[in-house]
Amino acid sequence: MPRVIVDVMPKPEILDPQGKAVHGALPRLGFTGISDVRQGKRFELEVADTSTETLAEIHKVAETLLSNPVIEDYTVRVDG
Amino acid sequence: MKIGVVTFPGSLDDTDAQRAVRLAGGEAVALWHGDHDLKGVDAVILPGGFSYGDYLRCGAIARFAPVMTEVVAAAQGGMPVLGICNGFQILCESHLLPGALIRNDHRTFICRDQVLKVENASTAWTSVYSVGQEITIPLKNGEGGFVADNDTLDRLEGEGRVVFRYVDVNPNGSLRDIAGITNERGNVVGLMPHPEHAVEDLCGPGTDGLGFFTSAVQAFVGA
Repeated sequence: MPRVIVDVMPKPEILDPQGKAVHGALPRLGFTGISDVRQGKRFELEVADTSTETLAEIHKVAETLLSNPVIEDYTVRVDG
Repeated sequence: MKIGVVTFPGSLDDTDAQRAVRLAGGEAVALWHGDHDLKGVDAVILPGGFSYGDYLRCGAIARFAPVMTEVVAAAQGGMPVLGICNGFQILCESHLLPGALIRNDHRTFICRDQVLKVENASTAWTSVYSVGQEITIPLKNGEGGFVADNDTLDRLEGEGRVVFRYVDVNPNGSLRDIAGITNERGNVVGLMPHPEHAVEDLCGPGTDGLGFFTSAVQAFVGA
């Protein structure tokens, strides 16, 4: 069964406190050289097909439920 | 006057909101998230808590609860709707109010008695206050940072739709110290702090929160 991936990320201009917390923990663990971290969400959707209609519907799902367009951007891609 | 209080799975402050309604002289009516029924109420409160466990985003799933279809339609028709904390998040997710609430900038949950300045005393929920008045009510949230793009913030300020601003301390990183806002019509109000926890002298920082509920009741009686 094909799978569609929806990635949701906070918009660049929106503060990302979780990403900041992860970034702040890195040097304490000895990892250096990472200048920034942004944290988002990944959704894996199992679908019957990846037709244009199905993908259009998934865009709608991503826009109305999976992301909040006020604070987040999303991308849709077919896995594999 | 009948004021409905919606209970979602994970709502915490629904009984406090009902009690506040009764103390203000109104009749509190329990509404259930799964019903397409407002039971003939004259106003609705979306209470604080963690509806649906805050899964996905705060308020994101509650927005699609059956009762919200009725609440959105009623709000668009002019019914007074108050969203407190999680209720504010639900109102933003429902697009009844602009903007969104994100995790506090300091990344910790905050619980304190918060001073607010009233900036709009002509909404359905703030008519007994006066502009410039300072009130103290509890604030308790992990995701209370109000954000919106600059155009939206300018519009909110220009149209007098910032109802409350934080005084002395910005407790959660909210842009322009915004604690609560209203819609164009002034019937829908959302704020992060909790007026329903400041309605009796026995507990809480005082009774400064009671005015939200008396505003709604008096407006109805006067109408």
